Amino acid sequence: MKRNVFRILFLSFIVVSMSGFFLSCANKKDDKIKIGALQLVEHVALDAAYAGFVDALAEEGYIDGESIKIDFQNAQGEQANCQTIAQKFINDKSDLILAIATPAAQAVANLTETIPILITAVTDPQSAMLVKSNEMPGTNVTGTSDLTPVAAQIALIKKLVPEVKTIGFLYNSSEQNSKFQIDLAKKEADALGISYLDATVSSSNEIQQVVQSLVGKVDAVYSPTDNMIAAGIPTVAGVLNPAKIPFIVGEEGMVQAGGLATYGINYYALGKQTGKMAAEILRDGKKPATMPIQYLQGGDFALNEASAKEIGIIIPEELLLELGK
Amino acid sequence: MGIFLAIQGAASQGVLWGLMTLGLFITYKILNFADLTVDGSFALGGSVSAILITSGFSPYLSLVIAFFAGSLAGLVTGLLHTKLKIPGILAGILTMIALYSVNIRVMGQANIPLLGQETMLTLTSSFGLSKTLGSLLIGSIFSAIVIAILYWFFGTELGSAIRATGSNEKMVQALGINTESMKNIGLMLSNALVAFSGALVAQSQGYADVGMGTGTIVIGLASIIIGEVIFGKRFSFWYRLMSVVFGSILYRIIIAIVLQLGMKSTDLKLLTAVIVALALALPVINEKMTRHQKRKINRLQKKTEANKKASIQ
Repeated sequence: MKRNVFRILFLSFIVVSMSGFFLSCANKKDDKIKIGALQLVEHVALDAAYAGFVDALAEEGYIDGESIKIDFQNAQGEQANCQTIAQKFINDKSDLILAIATPAAQAVANLTETIPILITAVTDPQSAMLVKSNEMPGTNVTGTSDLTPVAAQIALIKKLVPEVKTIGFLYNSSEQNSKFQIDLAKKEADALGISYLDATVSSSNEIQQVVQSLVGKVDAVYSPTDNMIAAGIPTVAGVLNPAKIPFIVGEEGMVQAGGLATYGINYYALGKQTGKMAAEILRDGKKPATMPIQYLQGGDFALNEASAKEIGIIIPEELLLELGK
Repeated sequence: MGIFLAIQGAASQGVLWGLMTLGLFITYKILNFADLTVDGSFALGGSVSAILITSGFSPYLSLVIAFFAGSLAGLVTGLLHTKLKIPGILAGILTMIALYSVNIRVMGQANIPLLGQETMLTLTSSFGLSKTLGSLLIGSIFSAIVIAILYWFFGTELGSAIRATGSNEKMVQALGINTESMKNIGLMLSNALVAFSGALVAQSQGYADVGMGTGTIVIGLASIIIGEVIFGKRFSFWYRLMSVVFGSILYRIIIAIVLQLGMKSTDLKLLTAVIVALALALPVINEKMTRHQKRKINRLQKKTEANKKASIQ
């Protein structure tokens, strides 16, 4: 008896939600440009990319709530949600979709071949099969790559620690983007004649132990733009800084969180560049198929002065000058 | 129109995830074993299918191999539990985290894109069906087949022994049945279905990713419970199996609708937790309510008796 009552309540919940939707549909007749934005997970860098995207559109005259309407959804790291959200954007007949991070981009690209898709925070769109080639996408997908200036970062280690012999490479073995960057870093280290040690983690709980195992074995530690390490920076810095080991990281957000320094991608600037591309599509009618994947030009030198003080490292004059810019 | 499309999309996803829910139903409801392996075996199915497809195997064959890969994962959990006497939940967790490394080994990387590759959706799109409708059709066919097979299987002597093991292990042991092998078979079948579902989902969403299994156990439990609350425990076993798949579809529809309604996706996990908690709390609430009513009735009866006595005197 009571069970039936609950069953009815449950069903009526669904019916009410549906009718609510129809009502809201009826009221929502406007001619704003609809933009769907799908982000894989909450993360400082990804959040910054989204903020940059919105700001760039506003600079180009597309202000959210005025001429455009941005529907921002976060999949909470659950990939099944990526697909549900992508379906929602397509059902809503979005005019343009922004996908932040690789699985989000793949979920959207799998479902539509007509709606222009802008991607960001994807390192190599070509190997993720989002575009036919990074130079000439040939699909409805284009955007910006967050490939970091890895070579410049390894060179930065040499500048900060001229007598460096061994670098520890700290990253999550399951992140494709990280592995890709580490391969580049190894090439650069080989070229500079620096040896290296791999230190991989597979869950954030392992970070502390793995980092501790590096102490005494390496002169510097390097992490690429790795999501797991990025989230665990305070743990890493908590071990490396007292041990006086410089921690060079892949991007600025990681420096703010406690890493020593980087020549890095600024995700806000990257998002902005993506927003500019969106404006080109919306205003000039450009087609993603002919818009090459863009890379952020030039890295920003970023330094965490508190970490520098704790390690007691002397930053060369020329780098400090770059910081002032 | 939008809501119709949203429901269609949700149903197509729900029916593919429904196969996973059927797998979880076997362990959670039949064997009475909360098996956390599924987070790993779901991604294992996707990984196996994706790597086989990109190396040129037929997408259908990849489904079969994913099925068997999943059953191996289940066997590992089963052996950890039955032979090494590790508590069930812990055994599941151990296999789940081990599978994380295994999946990366299988794929050689963390993510394999299947965009533009031949998948089972290539066939349905050659009939002119969209990806969503194609997934819905394929998912429905497979669900129907799996439900039919499971219904038959759990009616056989072996299947009945597995069901009995879940209900009363000591009793079944007394009958001379090896409950350890019953548990192992159940776990293998369950994880095989979960991996099979993972393979279908990977093909439908166009990529396999090492993180694609995150939250599988919660989605599965929510689906089973929603199905049970809405459709009830009526008729026979086939009805319960069907309600599991419908529960999975309903779960997806609820999520799609609340998203369409404009709820922030950051609140989704809270919503899921509330749905599951409510559904789990139902039996207790029911019991309290009936007890409360009984007390009321008793009080009324006493009153009327007292009145009667008074009137007699």
